[in-house]
Amino acid sequence: MPDFNKPHALTDIPLHYCPGCTHGIVHRLVAEVIDEMGIEGDTIGICPVGCSVMAYDYFNCDMIEAAHGRAPAVATGVKRANPDKFVFTYQGDGDLAAIGTAETVHAATRGENITVIFINNTTYGMTGGQMAPTTLPGQVTQTTPYGRSTDVEGFPVKVCEILSQVSGVALAERVTVTDPANVRKAKAAIRKGFEFQKNKQGFSLIEVLSTCPTNWGKSPVESLEWLKENMIPYYPLGVYKEGAIR
Amino acid sequence: MERMLMKGNEALAEAAIRAGCKCFFGYPITPQTEISAYMAKRMPKVGGVFLQAESEVAAINMVYGCASSGIRCMTSSSSPGISLKGEGVSYIAGSDLPAVIVNVMRGGPGLGGIQPSQSDYWQATRALGHGDFQNIVYAPSSVQEMADYMGKAFDMADKYRMPALILADGLLGQMMEPVVFEDKEIKMSDASGKPWATNGHGNKRPHNIINSLYLQADELEQYNVERFKRYEKVKEELPELESYLCDDAEIVVAAYGSVARLAKAAVEQARAEGIKAGLARPITLYPYPEKELKAACKTAKKVLVTEMSMGQMVDDVKLALECRLPVEFFGRTGGVVPKPSEILAKIKTMKGAE
Amino acid sequence: MKMTVEFDICKGCGLCVTACPKRIVEIQHEKLNKKGYYTAVCIDQDACIACTMCAMMCPDCAITIRGGEK
Repeated sequence: MPDFNKPHALTDIPLHYCPGCTHGIVHRLVAEVIDEMGIEGDTIGICPVGCSVMAYDYFNCDMIEAAHGRAPAVATGVKRANPDKFVFTYQGDGDLAAIGTAETVHAATRGENITVIFINNTTYGMTGGQMAPTTLPGQVTQTTPYGRSTDVEGFPVKVCEILSQVSGVALAERVTVTDPANVRKAKAAIRKGFEFQKNKQGFSLIEVLSTCPTNWGKSPVESLEWLKENMIPYYPLGVYKEGAIR
Repeated sequence: MERMLMKGNEALAEAAIRAGCKCFFGYPITPQTEISAYMAKRMPKVGGVFLQAESEVAAINMVYGCASSGIRCMTSSSSPGISLKGEGVSYIAGSDLPAVIVNVMRGGPGLGGIQPSQSDYWQATRALGHGDFQNIVYAPSSVQEMADYMGKAFDMADKYRMPALILADGLLGQMMEPVVFEDKEIKMSDASGKPWATNGHGNKRPHNIINSLYLQADELEQYNVERFKRYEKVKEELPELESYLCDDAEIVVAAYGSVARLAKAAVEQARAEGIKAGLARPITLYPYPEKELKAACKTAKKVLVTEMSMGQMVDDVKLALECRLPVEFFGRTGGVVPKPSEILAKIKTMKGAE
Repeated sequence: MKMTVEFDICKGCGLCVTACPKRIVEIQHEKLNKKGYYTAVCIDQDACIACTMCAMMCPDCAITIRGGEK
């Protein structure tokens, strides 16, 4: 029977996330992949602005804190200067799909050999639950108090679908962490992303459908149910693009 | 020694490569595009990296990432683009990273024009981005200086772990002059001597973090206070000013960059006409050469500041002179280059009014 | 002892409770940890099969599993 320990690539600092927030699960999965590939000493991580802004305290590899949305540009700067190192960004939906859309799409078009971990929880968590680019139609947030109206606020951004059309992308896959089976699949996808990077085969993005119990106003367990019932139909899980570009 | 005939923008680019700049992140904008074009041609031949970013914002954030990993890198732009880079420069300063930014100024505000200008002086010396920070500012005045101060900017950025700006203008960028480079093997920089760099810890040291976020007010204050202590050293060690015919000058013209050359012609003409004029040319705009300017003005009765702007350097001159001398201003703006004859006319008016 | 929860790290979110196929993980309501949460506990170590599903769902890396020599 297997043991289960905290991965070495995570520091001993307790995570500051709210109870039941799935950021912690995804942090651990990234760290497990880093451990399993034995690349902690060769990895540089880039944190976003958002709830995971302090992820630099949690990962044991070298870490850089980026400006809001700029993580893929910062990652590009690191990677171009250090092509043999592993570079990943860890970004939320506001960071990646609103203010950082240009940086994301262009890092992808260039086929940067980086891995982007994209947390989609349909909300700006850090600032207290405002509408995100990924907020679902009808979803109530602090800035859509009557529900997101597609007439007024437009439609949610589907990042994997967009990136599936981008030539520089080696991997665009949407996963979730609602249960152990999905956690395993999410980890496999993250591993795949890092492998593409290892072989210099292009840009990889793993979108993880996640929860925000605090701002959704639900318990952690209810949040996972809400995710399954509402988010997965709108954001179907699966591989949107896979294959080396070079 | 290698002597070449080059545009200012090209000389600056070549000098950066010779200073070990491994990565250049650019975005096209007139009148600095030759820098990108030169880098695109040259970088792949010397083992460096040229990358055209999707925006000025992305380019400066690439510089932030690259500089974090301890590698010498730079970006260049012109006035409207520099405004966009403000975000990244602030993060670079807040994270104590060395990097070089080049501004080949054009007329503003807004989209302004594409003719030469010096109207980003305030931005360069006061607020290249948000927050409590300063950056080194070099203002070259010839193609040779475009090259020389590029290398120096990298050295000083590294030494003080802060961003350095080359503040040039469209005239300097576009003009061709002979430039001399020392014979030196081109060697791309690495992270050696930078133990803080985030280039992978190799399981040999604890993880490094590059960051400017401090949620505890006391902690952030402490970092800012420490940074400003470092600036005190910068203020002691870096100021540079060229003083020309100032020893007995009654009227000192203060001008920097390309305008200083026009002012020099006016000063020479004034001397030929019997007016004791001199030129004081600040080379560093931050730190401002206060002592040096004061020394250059020791026999002066009046000071004329001349710029391609509405008079953005005037306050610094007054501060340096502690308002003890009358300071007047003559400038052209919007991309109009002042003529030496116009500056001379102003000198004569000031002399006549004595 | 197969499944242990680090008392002061656990935030009592309960994701481990729903993940456990043996239904032997519960949130105890007797003692608050230093963060002010009631924490998860394994109520029957003998029944634990060390499947690690609870740990997989734990967002705080608070759970350690010792599979034993088997």
